Amino acid sequence: MSDVIRVKDLSKHFGELKAVQQLSFSVGEGQVYGFLGQNGAGKSTTIRMLMTLIEPTGGEIEIFGMNLRKHRKEILRQTGAIIEKPDLYKYLTAKENVRIFSRLSGVKASEKQIMDQLSLVGLAGRADSKVKTYSQGMKQRLGLACALVHNPGLIILDEPTNGLDPQGIADMRQLILHLSRDLHKTLLVSSHLLSEMEMVADHMLIIHKGEKVVEGKVSELLDPEKTMVELLTPDINSAIAEFKSGPWQRHLKEPVKGTVRLECNRNEIPALNKYLVEKGIPVQSLRPLNSLEDYFLSLTKV
Amino acid sequence: MFIELLKIELYKIFKRPRTFIAFGAIAVIILLVQFALKVNGKDFVEFYTDSQADTFDIPFDKILNGYFVCVAVLHMILIHVPLLVALIAGDMISGEANLGTLRLLAGKPVTRTQLIMAKFWASTIYVILLLICMAFFALLGSMIIFGTEDLVVFKETDMHIMKSGDVIWRFFAAFVFAALALTTIAAMALMFSVFSENSLGPIVATVCVVIVFTIVQQLQVPVFEQTINPWSFTTHMLGWKGFFYVEKNAEGATIPGSIENPAALVRSGLILLGYIVLFLTISIRGFNKKDILS
Repeated sequence: MSDVIRVKDLSKHFGELKAVQQLSFSVGEGQVYGFLGQNGAGKSTTIRMLMTLIEPTGGEIEIFGMNLRKHRKEILRQTGAIIEKPDLYKYLTAKENVRIFSRLSGVKASEKQIMDQLSLVGLAGRADSKVKTYSQGMKQRLGLACALVHNPGLIILDEPTNGLDPQGIADMRQLILHLSRDLHKTLLVSSHLLSEMEMVADHMLIIHKGEKVVEGKVSELLDPEKTMVELLTPDINSAIAEFKSGPWQRHLKEPVKGTVRLECNRNEIPALNKYLVEKGIPVQSLRPLNSLEDYFLSLTKV
Repeated sequence: MFIELLKIELYKIFKRPRTFIAFGAIAVIILLVQFALKVNGKDFVEFYTDSQADTFDIPFDKILNGYFVCVAVLHMILIHVPLLVALIAGDMISGEANLGTLRLLAGKPVTRTQLIMAKFWASTIYVILLLICMAFFALLGSMIIFGTEDLVVFKETDMHIMKSGDVIWRFFAAFVFAALALTTIAAMALMFSVFSENSLGPIVATVCVVIVFTIVQQLQVPVFEQTINPWSFTTHMLGWKGFFYVEKNAEGATIPGSIENPAALVRSGLILLGYIVLFLTISIRGFNKKDILS
């Protein structure tokens, strides 16, 4: 599988603020690549650099095997994107917006192609309505139609579920899966809704304060056997002292928000519980953290 | 691709209701002036020619014709049209930033220079259409309402008379010059627009600059007359008047088809062109270096 996006040592500084630092990652063809991080982690800044909206302070970006700086037009012709909320021309209709963005991408989309895109996102019935009459969810879907109308190989979606209701989020998830599985597009999807990414992404990158925390296959990062266990106890200091001196020392992680965390296999949890009882540590709860959200929080120490 | 971009920009301009406010405002102002001159035209001409009344034998009934009214309208409204131009050109980039569409535009396979040039030419076409609208109402309308006669124009204590057949080309040239002057305003508003994230700032900035330089020009004090005014674009924006000042022979008779000071007109035109190039260069450089964060 060839890489569609290859980013090496990418940095962006705004004065003293280091928004992105030495970030490297690659997105393979056909992947749904989850780009995760909290608000302000540097996701949108990175995406803006990929879309040439801001100039990197350092580093290299290659898309479709071409240098972004040197082959900007060729690359953007094959790329569709929604950056943050999809703001469109409110005084124009959905059809007019899709037509304008297809032409800006160098494609003169026919009436049928425009309607096909609007049907894909479920807006064919409102094609002639002005965008100012649309709900946030409809604008999000229309933004996607505008991003897809020129049939790009790479689709970049920045927080595509922002502002959507639960049904809208479910629809967007289905659309992303459809684009990946049925239309074989490569997608880079950023989000802070980690549980959503868990359901659509096959690879992921987590960034925090502009730096890469972890990258890899979702299935490997969220190994069903390995887990982080969170111990809640009123006597946290004794618990930590016991773990530091005993057989669980290598499993111990940094405490987070008054809890003790240990990395272990799921089948080791009963033994851990037994050890705590034997040592007289009162256990309020012993909880395995197995969602992407838990995983993310454990990595970024929130 | 550039033509496609230009078409898109024009499409967006003329799909916005605010665009037509300018056309409506011009039509209403001109109709009001024409109505006032139809009712109280003689008083206006007497007031207008007051300083020359002792020097010349003025045929008041012939002066008030369609051509004279059109020149009077141009005198009155061309100074205010920059506001209408700034309303559109000042919104070109900052309006997109404010709307959130700038990031979509800048992420498309077109260069930022192409985007600026498309927006500049779209503004220029808007200016030309505005002037065509003005010509239609001010010239054609006045010709229909007041009829045609020889055109008499007063300049300080001098009087310039142009035969009826020697007038239309002068209006055409004056409108072309006015287009150049207003395009300078459009280029300045576009430049301010590049460096702003909201629509109001560039519009207000453009109008303020025009007001400040107009006041400096009208003060007529030597310190400004010798330094700022010869290079101020507001001075040269009024160059269109030069097409209605004619050369005279030794007997003091008007030479048909002549212009009193063509060199000054050329100089004014070149200075305005220089400003347009300067404003566009700054816009292009600024926009190409701009981090689009909106």
